[in-house]
Amino acid sequence: MSEASAHALDHHEPVTSTGIHNKKVLMWAFLGSDCMFFGTLISTHLIYRKISATVGGNFLDIRDVFDIELTSFSTFILLASSLFMALAVSAIHKGNLTSTRWMLFGTIIFGAIFLACQVYEFTHFVHAPGNELTLSSYRGEPHVFGSTFYVLTGTHGTHVAIGVFWLLGWLAYSFTGKMSTADAMDVECCGLYWHFVDIVWIIIFPVIYLMEYAF
Amino acid sequence: MATESIKYVTPDSDTKIETKAFPRPGQHTKGIVNWLTTIDHKKIGIMYGVAALFFLIIGGIEALLIRSQLWDHNMDVLTNRQYNQMFTMHGTTMVFLVIMPLSAAFFNFIMPLQIGARDVAFPRMNTLSLWCFIAGGITLNLSWFFTGGSPAIGWFGYAPLTDTRFAEVLGDMGPDFWIFSLQILGLASLLASFNFITTIINMRAPGMTMMRLPVFTWMTLIVSFLIILAFPAITIALVELMFDRTYGTNFYDFLEGGKPHLWQHLFWIFGHPEVYILILPAMGIVSEIIPVFSRKPLFGYGLIIFSGAIIGFMGFAVWSHHMFTTGMGIVATSAFSILTMLIAIPTGIKIFNWIGTMWGGRIRFETPMLFALGFITMFMVGGFTGIMHSSVPIDAQHQDSYFVVAHFHYVLIGGALFGLFAGFYFWLPKLSGKMLNEKLGKFVFTLMFIGFNLTFFPMHYLGMIGQPRRTHSYNEGHGFETWNQIATIGAFILGVGIAIGVYQFVTAAFNKKLKPAGKNPWDARTLEWTLSSPVKEYNFARTPIIKSRDQAWENNYGPKENHSDKEPLDDHGVHMPDRSWYPLVTALGIFGLVLGMLFHQSVDLNTGEIIRDYTYAIAGGVVAIIGIIMWSIEGPAGYHLFPKESEE
Repeated sequence: MSEASAHALDHHEPVTSTGIHNKKVLMWAFLGSDCMFFGTLISTHLIYRKISATVGGNFLDIRDVFDIELTSFSTFILLASSLFMALAVSAIHKGNLTSTRWMLFGTIIFGAIFLACQVYEFTHFVHAPGNELTLSSYRGEPHVFGSTFYVLTGTHGTHVAIGVFWLLGWLAYSFTGKMSTADAMDVECCGLYWHFVDIVWIIIFPVIYLMEYAF
Repeated sequence: MATESIKYVTPDSDTKIETKAFPRPGQHTKGIVNWLTTIDHKKIGIMYGVAALFFLIIGGIEALLIRSQLWDHNMDVLTNRQYNQMFTMHGTTMVFLVIMPLSAAFFNFIMPLQIGARDVAFPRMNTLSLWCFIAGGITLNLSWFFTGGSPAIGWFGYAPLTDTRFAEVLGDMGPDFWIFSLQILGLASLLASFNFITTIINMRAPGMTMMRLPVFTWMTLIVSFLIILAFPAITIALVELMFDRTYGTNFYDFLEGGKPHLWQHLFWIFGHPEVYILILPAMGIVSEIIPVFSRKPLFGYGLIIFSGAIIGFMGFAVWSHHMFTTGMGIVATSAFSILTMLIAIPTGIKIFNWIGTMWGGRIRFETPMLFALGFITMFMVGGFTGIMHSSVPIDAQHQDSYFVVAHFHYVLIGGALFGLFAGFYFWLPKLSGKMLNEKLGKFVFTLMFIGFNLTFFPMHYLGMIGQPRRTHSYNEGHGFETWNQIATIGAFILGVGIAIGVYQFVTAAFNKKLKPAGKNPWDARTLEWTLSSPVKEYNFARTPIIKSRDQAWENNYGPKENHSDKEPLDDHGVHMPDRSWYPLVTALGIFGLVLGMLFHQSVDLNTGEIIRDYTYAIAGGVVAIIGIIMWSIEGPAGYHLFPKESEE
């Protein structure tokens, strides 16, 4: 399975200088890089929120279009999925295949619910009667809020979708009969990714959504 | 040394591949398949280097066309638009397709040898990085053949030049090609950097502590960190630009609420670390060469590394000095001005350390050393003009003049390219097993040094008397002609020098007249020089146990307790991984995805509406995903080699 095992003998754990598995170092480096991706997107949104506060001469009140109850619900679902993910990693470390399978399944379902909420939300916003928020306009007037909002939350949604497909891969693999504790490191890397995507949402939710209600 | 003394065995049952449908090309793969499927860091390094040298010639021809156009006032070698395309393509090519991949070629080839590893941490990912780079180079240059030709927006692609409504040619696809090629090239750089970071952190030979790492490896690590932290900014900026051009968002659209200024910030927050991404590898190379040719250890090893890290860190805090004339306000401008002045300190420390290394040494003026010295002197000129620019009032005078062109060519040719050429002359004997022709090397250096200074030194003056950069022609009566003609003559001399150098590098492996190099022709200091030239497939027959910095030197001259040791050879021998098709398949899928995205739009001639057809993009994406899935389930496989102790 692993690239790294090509370096040491196949049936041994690869020996590394730090004692940390190569894949884990890779994943942490990737997450560091991904922070900068989201950092750029979030700053873009915040910059424009401040300098483009009006639309068609009127103050932009995005609360007219936001559905904070729905987003709060989907936020809760995404956070809860992290619990399942952590339990899945723990189960595979212990070699409990049944538990791993159920926990992966739970993570996938919750991830999918989150994605469904986002699809509903996007459709709802674009067609909100009188308050249409599209990629290029708000209430028919050219505006930047839709651009920054959809591209930012869309990028996050893409990350969640990639995570869901990755987890589906593991779920399918668990039925081949080959899954064992030897795969724990790979599942853990997948978990790191999943938790990171969650953490990004923990930043996005207050900064993009809640802040509109506070200030 | 003979190959027949190596005992080959069939893979044992434990290493059999799990999926039998598509076996990995094995040990005895030959010819083109061997190169297409290789996961050997040395072969990947060679391919990176050859492709980058090819693009160096392309970018050089573009530069010479620019210089021909500027030979005299109101010349007509190129039209206005062609001129804009030339400087755009020249800049983009030289930055992304020449200097960065040449550095990557050295990272790939040299770094694992310097740390005592048999390969990088993720060999197949390394191959994917190579093919993505080549796909990006092809994508960028395909733009010549489609609507509007190549991008004419500058390598910086400032908004609103990229706005579809301001395109000179209706339906101009140039900027789209530019956007997508930069995205794939960014992917290639990111993949390579994750790999190098993991390799350097995790795959050092026993005893190779961080403070025993050769400086070149340290610079690889720092540059890799710069890449993974800087490239996301340009990736997102390009995604936003793509959305603007394709789906009508308003990120940079000033008519609908966007701010072109944001593009400048996002571009330069990537673009300034990029400058250090280009120069730090050359600094690493020079830090290897100067001690060897002065026969002294590097003076201030720790300081050189620490300054490199500080340069990398501060490189993220100075981007707005590219934007002093945009009106950011006094506070921001002053802060960036001060930080820019501060970054000169670690750079100066490095230069003093190189001088300190040479001080009292027994200096040999062979070609690598000549290029290294050329690097120090020419980079200093570029550095000094850089410090001048950190002063806001002076910058306002120099902005968009030829003075700036002189400045960054002193940094990027006199600095980066001279450093990389020094690296070629230094390490090619290790790569090909043969010494390069020393006389020809010195001739190349002379041509390049003279041609380079003739080209770019007059530009300082031209800028001061007011010749604007990125401008197609100039009128009579400004007194620009003489100096421009000198610069053009210089550019052709430089071009001939580079062409001879490239010829020398590319033919090094085939030229029968060259003398064999042996293990350590320069009496050099670092670990790669303990290996035979060319390096064996497995690099190290037995993993070395490192006892000191400059291990090769210590083995020859140091006290007994500093000599490196070797781990015993395992019963299993050296495990070599099999080759793989899937990096290439994945890269082809990504290439297809990009082409599909580029051509997904068409206009219905009856209604004038835009029709979107994602079939080809999706097909490409599916191929890429299949590639990744097959990649993850194809299993390790491989074979074992049993080299004798003397064979490495």
